[in-house]
Amino acid sequence: MSTKVLMKGNEAIAEAAIKSGCRYFFGYPITPQTEISEHLAKRMPKVGGLCLQAESEVAAINMVMGAAAGGSRVMTSSSSPGISLKSEGLSYIVGCDLPCVIVNVQRGGPGLGGIQPAQSDYYQATKAGGHGDMRIVVLAPASVQEMAALTAEAFDIADLYRTPVMILADGALGQMMEPVDFSVSSPRSLPEKDWAAKGHGGKRKKNIINSLYMDPADLERSVHRRFARYADIKDKETRFEEVMTEDADIVIVAYGITSRICKSALNMARSKGIKAGLVRPITLSPFPDAPLKKAAESAKHFLVAELNMGQMVDDVKIAIDCQRPVTFFGRTGGMMPSPEDILEKIEDIVKSL
Amino acid sequence: MVVFEKPKSLSPVPFHYCPGCTHGIVHRLVAEAIDKLEIEGSTIGIAPVGCSVFAYNYFECDMIQAAHGRAPAVATGLKRTRPDSVVFTYQGDGDLAAIGTAETVHAATRGENITIIFINNAIYGMTGGQMAPTTLPGQITTTSPYGRDRKIQGNPIRICEMLSTLDGAAYVERVSVDSPKNIMRAKRSIEKAFRTQLDKKGFSLVEVLSTCPTNWGMSPVESLEWLRTNMIPYYPLGVFKDTTEE
Repeated sequence: MSTKVLMKGNEAIAEAAIKSGCRYFFGYPITPQTEISEHLAKRMPKVGGLCLQAESEVAAINMVMGAAAGGSRVMTSSSSPGISLKSEGLSYIVGCDLPCVIVNVQRGGPGLGGIQPAQSDYYQATKAGGHGDMRIVVLAPASVQEMAALTAEAFDIADLYRTPVMILADGALGQMMEPVDFSVSSPRSLPEKDWAAKGHGGKRKKNIINSLYMDPADLERSVHRRFARYADIKDKETRFEEVMTEDADIVIVAYGITSRICKSALNMARSKGIKAGLVRPITLSPFPDAPLKKAAESAKHFLVAELNMGQMVDDVKIAIDCQRPVTFFGRTGGMMPSPEDILEKIEDIVKSL
Repeated sequence: MVVFEKPKSLSPVPFHYCPGCTHGIVHRLVAEAIDKLEIEGSTIGIAPVGCSVFAYNYFECDMIQAAHGRAPAVATGLKRTRPDSVVFTYQGDGDLAAIGTAETVHAATRGENITIIFINNAIYGMTGGQMAPTTLPGQITTTSPYGRDRKIQGNPIRICEMLSTLDGAAYVERVSVDSPKNIMRAKRSIEKAFRTQLDKKGFSLVEVLSTCPTNWGMSPVESLEWLRTNMIPYYPLGVFKDTTEE
């Protein structure tokens, strides 16, 4: 029987982690994601788990590394400035092929920025999570329900491909309350973690968790192996939502909280007889090129809407091989566009068609 | 008749360390403790960044290589999720007492039930002889070429003294490997540190005063003498904290 609970997005992530078998959380307080660690501080002891407040984000991500190296499901969460601090550890975790889940409930930046919702860590999450040739999987929920569902998915993807997975949310999703149903997740069958450093018990050769290669040929091979895995992830795990794209002249591309504002604008446009559609990337990395490429066959114009200065625009242009004009509309610093703002942009584009 | 053997938990591979470097001695002492306590199968070692970065190649237990200074945080995450395992870090002075000071202090004050082997040779070895947080006043390094001037480069840090003020620290001792007598004492100390962890008494750290003949620009024998006459007076040997009998 499914039962819906009214929860904040942050709490939904925390509860979904527990329901996914995560028993270890290491974090550091920062607005607007603190409810995740507060919820887990209450819940973890009741399920035999641990929620430990680290001395810094740097320490927290390295505690995650230690727990992941030992083969445990583990999560950390933060918001933009804290994610910057985690990027060193994230690079090592990638280099060691360790699975874990990292949540970024984004706020405005750069610097201390603000505490209001933003999507200005798109580049950091999808292109430059840390130093070195690396990628991580980035999932962008657009509702409290999806915060829960994608958290469950994140743990499975992490374990299946031995990669960190980031939930890239924002302050609005983290703070808003919506009904959430936890019974919908369907766990996958996952491989044994026979690579973990948990003590060999005299039963096998030692395991080494390591990202250092003194021979450049070895390092190149390890990077190539990892990128082959990224290609596999792109094949099998790319997710997106399409709304009324079949006959659309104008295709909006938006993710997370912005996609919801765009959906309202889309409905307003349709009621005015404008053929608008929406592609919502759910995985920002890997990026869903295919639906955009397909849409570009019939659509005349693309509109990218984000809470930043246009960080996804290049990915959209690449996906459609620059075959159609791409317009950007965004607010930043914690400012939110209204559906009317988006509609106005759509109507401007209509005039230019 | 065999009178001297390589410890079982020390890997049968050549060390990369410079001639006369004392890392080899300390690696052996750690392996001897692991063998004596029969814990190789449940032990996970954490290698630092620095000369001992390749420690993961030298011990037969499971090993993790951590980012510079972060070994105590990695150890915390591992030990908290695998409380029945034995977790030790092996760190140099730059790793533990400069870039990783916060991780060290907080692992100690939380009372993490881990063991840290801290090699203090008063210099950065791997990068070629730069000033360390433990470089002595007046000591010449490539980044204190006129000798460490307290007014410019500041003062060295005494880790054992500092950590002994923390409630979470159970066993903190400074030893040296400059003489057979001190090596035997270091051996007992390292074994006790592991035993502290096995008895779930809390955080244990053994600081081992060590040499770096290559970057000190001395022969191995001169280095041991320099350690005795310069380091031990500044970093006195002894037990700074021991709550294991309480």
